[in-house]
Amino acid sequence: MTETSLAAPTLRVDGVCKTFSGHKAVDDVSFSLNAGERVAMLGHNGAGKTTLFKIVLGFLKRDHGDVTVMGAAPGSHDARVGTAYLPESVAFPASLTGKEVLTFYARLKGESPAKALPLLERVGLAEAAKRRVGTYSKGMRQRLGLAQALIGRPRLILLDEPTTGLDPISRQTVYELIGEIAGQGTTVLLSSHALTELEARTDRILILSKGRLVADDVLSRLRAQAGLPIRLKVWTRPEDLAHVSESLGGGQMNGRSVEFNCNADDKIRTLSAISALGSLVEDVDVHAPSLDDVYRYFSSAAGKEA
Amino acid sequence: MFSRIFTVAGQEIRIGIRNRWILLAAMILAVFSLALALLGSAPAGTLGVDRLTITVASLASLSVYLVPLIALLLAFDAICGEIERGTLLMTLSCPISRVEFLIGKAVGHTLVLAFALVVGYGLTAGLLVAAGYGSLSGLADFVRLIATSILLGACFLATGYVLSSLTRQSRTAAAASVAVWLMMVVLYDLALLGALVANPSGVFASDVFPYAILLNPADAFRLFNLAALGTSDLMGGMAGVADALPFDPLLALGSLTVLAGLAMAGSALLIKRIAP
Repeated sequence: MTETSLAAPTLRVDGVCKTFSGHKAVDDVSFSLNAGERVAMLGHNGAGKTTLFKIVLGFLKRDHGDVTVMGAAPGSHDARVGTAYLPESVAFPASLTGKEVLTFYARLKGESPAKALPLLERVGLAEAAKRRVGTYSKGMRQRLGLAQALIGRPRLILLDEPTTGLDPISRQTVYELIGEIAGQGTTVLLSSHALTELEARTDRILILSKGRLVADDVLSRLRAQAGLPIRLKVWTRPEDLAHVSESLGGGQMNGRSVEFNCNADDKIRTLSAISALGSLVEDVDVHAPSLDDVYRYFSSAAGKEA
Repeated sequence: MFSRIFTVAGQEIRIGIRNRWILLAAMILAVFSLALALLGSAPAGTLGVDRLTITVASLASLSVYLVPLIALLLAFDAICGEIERGTLLMTLSCPISRVEFLIGKAVGHTLVLAFALVVGYGLTAGLLVAAGYGSLSGLADFVRLIATSILLGACFLATGYVLSSLTRQSRTAAAASVAVWLMMVVLYDLALLGALVANPSGVFASDVFPYAILLNPADAFRLFNLAALGTSDLMGGMAGVADALPFDPLLALGSLTVLAGLAMAGSALLIKRIAP
């Protein structure tokens, strides 16, 4: 992160509120994104992710607060020139080919189609370029949408659930592309439900719950902040169950295994206690809190507050 | 600006060709106009009127029904359909203004309609000329018919955009389009005729009726075309009013243009208010 990118964030959202007929869809949300950052926005359905995207794009007017997109007002010509967007679900005209769709969007963005067409190759659609979009699979359509978002090297890309409904390989491709474009200095803000797949692929995580921003940090710090225990499961023979449970300080017994929590600080000590049991232990499962758990922690904490 | 408008227009035309909309519209117009020309021209010989001109008179009545229908079918989906498919969000996040987008759609759809009209009616005109029934003045009538049909179509395209921006679901817009077609093309005339029959010599017949015709693009279109043919006495029915009008029939053409402009302006205002 350089001085200049700190001075001028790609996207700045400051105290934004939006109410739909009495229901607070977005409630006092503030954050800013810098060049080259990959940021994931998490939240349950109706948490306000799409509303926030639409406010940033200038489709919805905010009730309060301030948004600047590369120094310009959201929805202004300057802001739109530097921004690309992939909506949650898009059905391109089925009778057009992938190449025609991409040419259309390239022209709208003032980019020469000849420069944009290699993007089809980058998203793995080179062979399907001349086939009608109607024959595409869901993953291919999503990749076509992503190619559309990459036209003309935008400085800010907003992706609304880009991997929903994709198979693991397609997801991989999507995240590889996101990493690649972020490496070129583009800021990527994506929303997602699929939490676990984001772990290694984002720089920062925003968690929205009921319209409020309840977390904004890198995952490791969020994890520490949540202080979630590590869950251990020790497998043993039924006749040794009571003994194992006792020597490990209790825990839930289910037939052939003992389950218990331990804090991150105690992890090594507990593991050595387990190995001290020697042949009594058949197997051990160590389950560190996943992004799912961290997410559940923050959104339920916000729910209790409210 | 123009490149973006032409991009949108080009996409509409391409879609029109791909899903065979253009072909279908041209075929419908060709089939109906050929049927009218071949069946309806039987009495022309005895009347000594150019057969092309007679055909144009029947085609004017055909246009009143078919052109608004084709235009509404082309237009009803233009905005709410794109909202439903999510493409409007995507398109409008590009640096294109909403009015540019709307004008692009209108240009594309108008060209689709114009192509269908030129091919459909042109086929009939060509056939009649080839069969030796045509004259130069008759051809001029044909050109006028096609040009004003395009204007009539533009009126109803813009009406379709208004309906499309007022509704959020294309099914609702389709239903509204059918209702508008029925009202403007069928019921409006019936209501006017009913009022006329009820009181043939009152204030309504002399002062309200002629202007009521001007307010409906379908009627204004028919009035202008039949008056321009000068054969209204041959045609009977509503066409007969052309002679008794308190104004120049050109006013009907003006009215058609103004109505198209108003509907287009209305849809431009509406599309600016949409949150896709």
